[in-house]
Amino acid sequence: MNIDAFLSGFTSATEPQNLLYCLIGVLIGMLIGVLPGLGPAATMAILLPIVVTVDPVSGIIMMAGIYYGAQYGGTITSVLLQLPGEASSVVTVFDGFALAKQGKAGAALGVAAIGSFVGATISIVGLTLLAPLVASWALDFGPPEYAALALLGVLLVATIGSGNTVKAMIAAATGLLFATVGRDSFTNTGRFTFDSLELAEGLDFVVVAMGLFGVAEILYNLEERHGKVHVPVKVGKVWPTRRDLRQSSGAIGRGSVIGFFLGVLPGGGAVMASLAAYATEKRISKNPERFGRGALEGVAAPESANNAAATSSFIPLLTLGIPANASMGMLFAALLVLGVTPGPQLVEENPELFWGVINSMYIGNLLLLLLSIPLVGIFIRVLRVRPAILAPIICVITIIGVYTINNSTFDIFVMILFGIVGYLMKKTGFEPGPMVLAFVLGAILEDSVRRSLLIFGGDPTQFFTRPISGTILACFLLVVLLPVIQAVRHRRTAPTTTADQPDRKDSLR
Amino acid sequence: MSERDERLTPAAGDDILAQLEAEVAHELEEHRPPPGGPAYQVISSLVALAVGVTGAVLAYGYGLGTLRRPGAGLWPFVVSMLIVVLSLLLLLIGRRLQDSERFTRASLLVLVGLATFVGVAVLLPIIGFEIPSLLLCVVWLKFLGGESWRSTAIVSLATVVAFYLLFLYGLSIPLPHLF
Repeated sequence: MNIDAFLSGFTSATEPQNLLYCLIGVLIGMLIGVLPGLGPAATMAILLPIVVTVDPVSGIIMMAGIYYGAQYGGTITSVLLQLPGEASSVVTVFDGFALAKQGKAGAALGVAAIGSFVGATISIVGLTLLAPLVASWALDFGPPEYAALALLGVLLVATIGSGNTVKAMIAAATGLLFATVGRDSFTNTGRFTFDSLELAEGLDFVVVAMGLFGVAEILYNLEERHGKVHVPVKVGKVWPTRRDLRQSSGAIGRGSVIGFFLGVLPGGGAVMASLAAYATEKRISKNPERFGRGALEGVAAPESANNAAATSSFIPLLTLGIPANASMGMLFAALLVLGVTPGPQLVEENPELFWGVINSMYIGNLLLLLLSIPLVGIFIRVLRVRPAILAPIICVITIIGVYTINNSTFDIFVMILFGIVGYLMKKTGFEPGPMVLAFVLGAILEDSVRRSLLIFGGDPTQFFTRPISGTILACFLLVVLLPVIQAVRHRRTAPTTTADQPDRKDSLR
Repeated sequence: MSERDERLTPAAGDDILAQLEAEVAHELEEHRPPPGGPAYQVISSLVALAVGVTGAVLAYGYGLGTLRRPGAGLWPFVVSMLIVVLSLLLLLIGRRLQDSERFTRASLLVLVGLATFVGVAVLLPIIGFEIPSLLLCVVWLKFLGGESWRSTAIVSLATVVAFYLLFLYGLSIPLPHLF
């Protein structure tokens, strides 16, 4: 690792302007984390056109702050209102709210904040050490390796993500198809353009993402029934006692490690990590019946894990140029709009951005720790702002924002169209997440596959005979075949249980 | 609460993760309309199938080429065929899925919301962003959100003024404006 570059990254991250954007980012992140409805990916999509007008380093620092800030904010409403602001904080509700009812809301929030900070910091250290290594290893990757990697990425996002796998794969494949709209760069043939000049340029993925995430989510939330009145529980002392900390330290440690590894996996990320960490704590606990009735570990583990995962999911993006989840997809889009191609060359070619962003996370998490505890009262008051007041403001930002990307009304209509598609997908159990991610990766995937075929002289078996792409594709086959084998075995042992169990988790992301 | 405790007892087996996921889904589902029936599943599979077939036919027309010299249509053709196969699979196994949501009277609100988006998109280049944005805010606050006229007036005016200052002065982004 290049120590000089690492240290100069700190210089860049501590520039007043970047500190300010870091603060704005984490505050927005916390805010949307507190408010249910809009997730980090949607927020990043909506703010993208504005973010790209500022300096690249500051813009990316701010976007990153929104993502990891949201993980902190989600905790507050889970504990105090039994209302998860963020999908990754849903498991926190079980024990967090139980603790709050016993008058230990302060301890729960304090442990969650400290766990979040520890988890994120461990993960940033991992990121600092690991990212340059992965990047230098990936420098030798050719088109076949990228093709295999992008393919595995799309597949993992579709399968590991929540919801029905076949539906997620259809969504992903459709995303790949949408990515081909426009003039083909190899043959100059227009594809799916229907003689439209605007379509010949291809669909702008910022516009598509703003439609599928932003507009779709706004429309979908219009149907939400706001019947329940939420009265926040009183918060006493926020600082946890030494005993609380001792009790939860093991959970924080395990949660951080689980979060780090699940965050690196494509399709993993914060939601999976919080679930897995909670399940682990419950599994290894001597008296698991405490869980769900106010176990401090049940708050500490998922909160450490979701922050660790949020941080480590930057690794595949910054080192391979492969976004691991929908929010990273938005960051990927932002980087491309800013003229930076994320990939293994990033650390060498653009060290200021690479290290500036990573090191800003140390600062951002410190800010969050310092802010989250004293500002709990303010964030609770934010909840009194009715969703009806925020909705039109978000609509106006979205419409004006998408217009400003290319000064084109055509883009507004494309966004609205994808908003309708996204809304209908959500209504019928298809997740827009895999579609957006596949759309983002689509161009890389097609380009790499075709280049590889040219290199191989038209012999696709060479994908499997090259060591690295072969290994990645073997993983690919494993991911495809394992659930099929399991399903067959399951059916054989228990013929009475139906294979298609209802699983509705599509709002999880 | 008691229902949850029951389902999360350790006796229920080793698959705590699967239970948790079901629990989480249940938690998020509370505010949503009930699931739609098999018709929703069949129709959505057929729509996906139609997308796949259309894609495949059009892609075939762009020329598949050979593996040695892939044509413009090869990749989209392969992807479209994948969609076709997966939609057929979904049609076979997905009829009883519970992951769709019924359209209710509240879905009409979505149509109104969409109409305001289209309205702004049409009016923006003609009369600038201020009046369309103001109208959108009024519709969303008063008619979709059920706010009082007082808060509607305050919030919509404040929003438009704030965006005017933010975009035209703060970020100096050229935006069609009337004033």
